[in-house]
Amino acid sequence: MRTLTYREALREGMDEELARDENVVLMGEEVAQYNGAYKVTEGLWKKWGDKRIVDTPISEAGFIGMGIGASMLGVRPVMELMFWSFHSVAFDQLVSNAACVRYMSGGLIHCPIVVRGPANGGTNVGATHSHIPEGMFAAFPGLKVVAPATPADVKGLIKASIRDNDPVFFMENTLLYGTTGPVPDPADGDHVVPLGVADLKREGSDLSLIAHGRSVIHCLEAAETLQRDHGISCDVLDLRTIRPLDQEAILKTVRKTHRVVLVDESKAFGGVSAMVATLIQDHCFDDLDAPIKRVTSLDAPAIYSKYVENDQLPNPKRIVEKVLTIA
Amino acid sequence: MSFPAAPSHRLDFASSPINQALTAEQKVELLRTMIRIRRFEQASLKYYNAGRIGGFLHLYIGQESVAVGTISLCGENDHNITAYRCHGHALASGMNMNECMAELFGKYTGSAKGKGGSMHFFAPDKNFWGGHGIVGGQTPLGLGLAYGLKYKGLQGAALCYMGDGAVNQGAFHESLNLAALFELPVVYIIENNGYSMGTSQKRSSAYRGCLAQRAEAYDMEWDLIDGSDIYEVRAKTHIAMERARKESRPTVLEITTYRYYGHSVADANAKKYRSPEEIENYKNNYDPINTFRNRLLQEGVITQEQADAINKEAADEAAAAVEFADASPAPSIESIMDDVYWEVDNKTIAGQTGRHFFND
Repeated sequence: MRTLTYREALREGMDEELARDENVVLMGEEVAQYNGAYKVTEGLWKKWGDKRIVDTPISEAGFIGMGIGASMLGVRPVMELMFWSFHSVAFDQLVSNAACVRYMSGGLIHCPIVVRGPANGGTNVGATHSHIPEGMFAAFPGLKVVAPATPADVKGLIKASIRDNDPVFFMENTLLYGTTGPVPDPADGDHVVPLGVADLKREGSDLSLIAHGRSVIHCLEAAETLQRDHGISCDVLDLRTIRPLDQEAILKTVRKTHRVVLVDESKAFGGVSAMVATLIQDHCFDDLDAPIKRVTSLDAPAIYSKYVENDQLPNPKRIVEKVLTIA
Repeated sequence: MSFPAAPSHRLDFASSPINQALTAEQKVELLRTMIRIRRFEQASLKYYNAGRIGGFLHLYIGQESVAVGTISLCGENDHNITAYRCHGHALASGMNMNECMAELFGKYTGSAKGKGGSMHFFAPDKNFWGGHGIVGGQTPLGLGLAYGLKYKGLQGAALCYMGDGAVNQGAFHESLNLAALFELPVVYIIENNGYSMGTSQKRSSAYRGCLAQRAEAYDMEWDLIDGSDIYEVRAKTHIAMERARKESRPTVLEITTYRYYGHSVADANAKKYRSPEEIENYKNNYDPINTFRNRLLQEGVITQEQADAINKEAADEAAAAVEFADASPAPSIESIMDDVYWEVDNKTIAGQTGRHFFND
């Protein structure tokens, strides 16, 4: 299998969908001639031209609303937010229009759009550029939320998201763009990862670590340390999709290990892990040998200082410490 | 908002080619559609006040010539979208009174199965895309309809309506910039009834000349239209639509009009922020239905008896719609969970993979 960066795999997924469906259009700030603020779309404008790869002005409400309107006539826009943090200036379009238009029309309209971009902290840019909104958007019925952790998953999930007929909010991570991993060769078939299917990234027996996005990578590192230094064997379950959520995979790992630590870059209050914890206590109450524990971002706006920024976020050290409180 | 006590001399737009082309039947149809909208809304007001219709009821009474005049110009590839004062656009687009009244009553036979209500009528099969509740929120969507037309190489126009209050929303200005920058076939139609809820135009907007003139900042064409004259509405809107269809260029139109009721029926101050004289003056001298009926009588297109018959038929149709709505079933509790996700409703593999809903 080939090794690609997360960025290359994501680009390859979009490139393949551009080839598959003439209605797919990529739009956003600097996605075309500049080759993408994070070079995710590099080379696509040169290959596909002005009609398919569209530079927009800095008008998130304007161009995202435009994409929603265009989707009603059969265009399938894939819109880049340079940072998901910029969602707030387009919030009405994202939640009142994209999320609700199907419902309010009694099912007469649907909205096949993808809004994608990085949604993470840890890049030394302060609170305004470090929002982590996957839990918040997953709380809006009508929306789907995806948060891939690996190159293979980001490619397979962007393809499934573009083909999905509902609005998909696709949350990447600037700190993952340069990471590498195996990605199936296109010659071996269409690599599509369905939404709503979690992936067990490491098998263990003593405790379950459940995470999504970059926290999965932290969990894998923590699991290694826990095995080596403490003899604790961990399942690492990557949710991959927040909504729809693979509840069966969550319950299965908890029923196997009886102990669980949820790792989530969003804040504890109303975060993704809050929903997962509710499901576990509801369905696995008698399976648990210890309270459900969580590692989330420390409950303050994202700090700027590089000296402590990583301590605010989930990291392998914090995960190990939390695991040792219950295992 | 001030209108002179009597209409001044104005251009006669009956002689414009787009109006010259109207047959007598088509002229009567314009009148009939305006009257149907008014009778529908009068019936809805009665049942709103009786507690049979919930939520907000933003009445269009007084503004009928705008929706009817502009939508009468629409062909197969023309689309329209508006804000929450949407009953007129819905009926002018061809939605029937039954589905609209049932939606107001919150019944399952409503256009959106009781999920939308007064502010959210939709009929995509009639190129009518709503019905949107947030002021200015529909303006990027209208742009998107134009984008879709251009992307697919279709020669059409997207009409996007808004009130005079929406011109101060950021999304509208973002849309104007994009419309001009991308040369999209959109026609923004400001239905200027003088008041953004209870705040008059003078107290809410800074502008030179008129609101549509703001288009100049985006190097866009604009025009100002007297909404009491449906011939003028059609003549000037036709030019903007042709600019969209043939040249793929946007326009901002401002159509002066007036609403006889409050911002919504729940507007407690409806009679405080404007004088009774102001309302009466418009009703007596500028009412778009009376103006056009008198014009058609003058032209010999209809007789008074025919006009009265149209009125009666419309009132009967509205009464029948009330009966239909009243007799219709309410949505079931189970139906609350329908129409959230396309993939779930269509029972696709994607719709059956993973948990979509979190009810227990």
